[in-house]
Amino acid sequence: MEPSAFWHRIETLAAWLLALIWAAPLLYAFWAAFHPPHYAVHFSLTAPLTLANFVEAWQTAPFARYFLNTILYTTTTTALQFVLCTLAAYSFACYDWKGRDIAFALILIQLMVMPDQLLVVNYQTMTALKLVDSIPAISLPYIASAFGVFLLRQNFKQVPIALAEAARVEGAGPLTILMKVYVPLSKSVYLAYGLVSVSWHWNNFLWPLVITNSVTTRPITVGLSIFGSPENGVNFAIVSAGTLMSVAPLLVGFLLFQRQFVQSFMRAGIK
Amino acid sequence: MNPKIARHVYGWLLFTPAAIFFILFTHYPIVRSCFLSLFSNSRGGRPPEFVGLENYHYLIDDPIFWQALKNNLIYAFGTIPVTICLAMLMAVWVNRQMAGRAFVRAAYFTPTILPMIAIANIWLFFYTPGIGLFDNILQYFGYPGRNWLGNPDTALACLMVIAVWKDAGFFMIFYLAALQGLPKDVIEAGRIEGAGRFYFFRRVTFPLLMPTTVFVVFNALINTFRIIDHIFILTKGGPDNATELLLYYLFQTAFEFWDTAYAAVLTVVIMTILMTLALAQFKVLERRTHYQ
Repeated sequence: MEPSAFWHRIETLAAWLLALIWAAPLLYAFWAAFHPPHYAVHFSLTAPLTLANFVEAWQTAPFARYFLNTILYTTTTTALQFVLCTLAAYSFACYDWKGRDIAFALILIQLMVMPDQLLVVNYQTMTALKLVDSIPAISLPYIASAFGVFLLRQNFKQVPIALAEAARVEGAGPLTILMKVYVPLSKSVYLAYGLVSVSWHWNNFLWPLVITNSVTTRPITVGLSIFGSPENGVNFAIVSAGTLMSVAPLLVGFLLFQRQFVQSFMRAGIK
Repeated sequence: MNPKIARHVYGWLLFTPAAIFFILFTHYPIVRSCFLSLFSNSRGGRPPEFVGLENYHYLIDDPIFWQALKNNLIYAFGTIPVTICLAMLMAVWVNRQMAGRAFVRAAYFTPTILPMIAIANIWLFFYTPGIGLFDNILQYFGYPGRNWLGNPDTALACLMVIAVWKDAGFFMIFYLAALQGLPKDVIEAGRIEGAGRFYFFRRVTFPLLMPTTVFVVFNALINTFRIIDHIFILTKGGPDNATELLLYYLFQTAFEFWDTAYAAVLTVVIMTILMTLALAQFKVLERRTHYQ
């Protein structure tokens, strides 16, 4: 065997070893969730499989409601982000108005200081708006997203002006041009942004924790933190089952659409 | 309407919906935090009083703040270099042909899409004294177990391990993208010259990945002021403030101690750090473009 082939194999082996280490915590959670609690610390190939942990987790906490809340919060946020960021990006990319550059620079600030760090005042604002403990309150601070505006503006700028001009000559108004020319040509960016935004908000925790305080508004991450906290005394097998249930939609989605996920995150990061 | 004026009006109208929410939830809170930090809390129905920099004097004398700042620095400088090395390694490995590449890449990337709360739930069990995975391993080799999260010497490190595990796969994809974008002729030249794989990486690939590294470093730094969810499950800032990070301390001050004035001060501190970081990133990128 020539030396380079030898090293190639060593590298493959090392890559596999690291992959196993990386997958281990999740595989371990699967092990614990699908076996009786006793086997959480005792590995045995003959351990009986069971779904009892999932049943018990489902009955211990209102997971169905938490899921519903998360789905409502995540879809509302992403949908509103699409609308607001599309309009703003269109304005920045295609219109030359007074104060545009200053406005753009001001938006830039949100890439440094995000609503995550501004929770004190945002909580006061929500109190004043009488929105505390509601799903809109979780969404609203995120719907104007600097990241979204940047991403879409970048893309709109690459659309050939001739296409927009042709539509204008045919008598299309600004919104028609946006919907008929710019948006259809940016489908892949919307997919990327949508995937990133949905997984980001599905996983969001701190602001939802602060602004919600009842079962009817709490998203799954907050519900899971109450469910899994050590004071609760629920055993590990059941915590694992609850944890896996709550990540299942995202995990299944990721494993099915791995390529889209990876490309979306890449695209969103590089800008 | 005059078409020139119409363009201004349209531009503004399109931007207005987003502008309202930008102002309400980003710009107003920034200004308001600075303002609140100069006032006392309202007590017993008395309105807040202007106290000047008094809250900031309190900050300077607050040992927990300094501890949190120190922890933040340890957390950042302990995790980021390790995460970056692993991310590069993963990217280089996954970028070549090998058996089971799809599985390996999925294994690296999966922690990224899981919520930190779920991750903390799983890792909590690893760290459990006596029966946790780490104690099992120690006991197998004949060492006594230890209270990983209950000991101020190890608690922060426990959180850092989780951060590395979660982020390495995320940063891997940026390196992967950069590797796939490397100029083909450079790679070809290296092959013809017969450069060793490691030598080639050190002298050619690594410098070419520098812009990605700059991006990753600053993103990781910002993340330490954003992702603190695992603290809620694992340590709640303890033991002895050993895992107190700045944003967690801000949360506690605002929503456990309900000390709004001091929380505003901490918000201002975090904002200042974040803006300094952003400025630094800008300067670094600007300097790089000069000799590219």
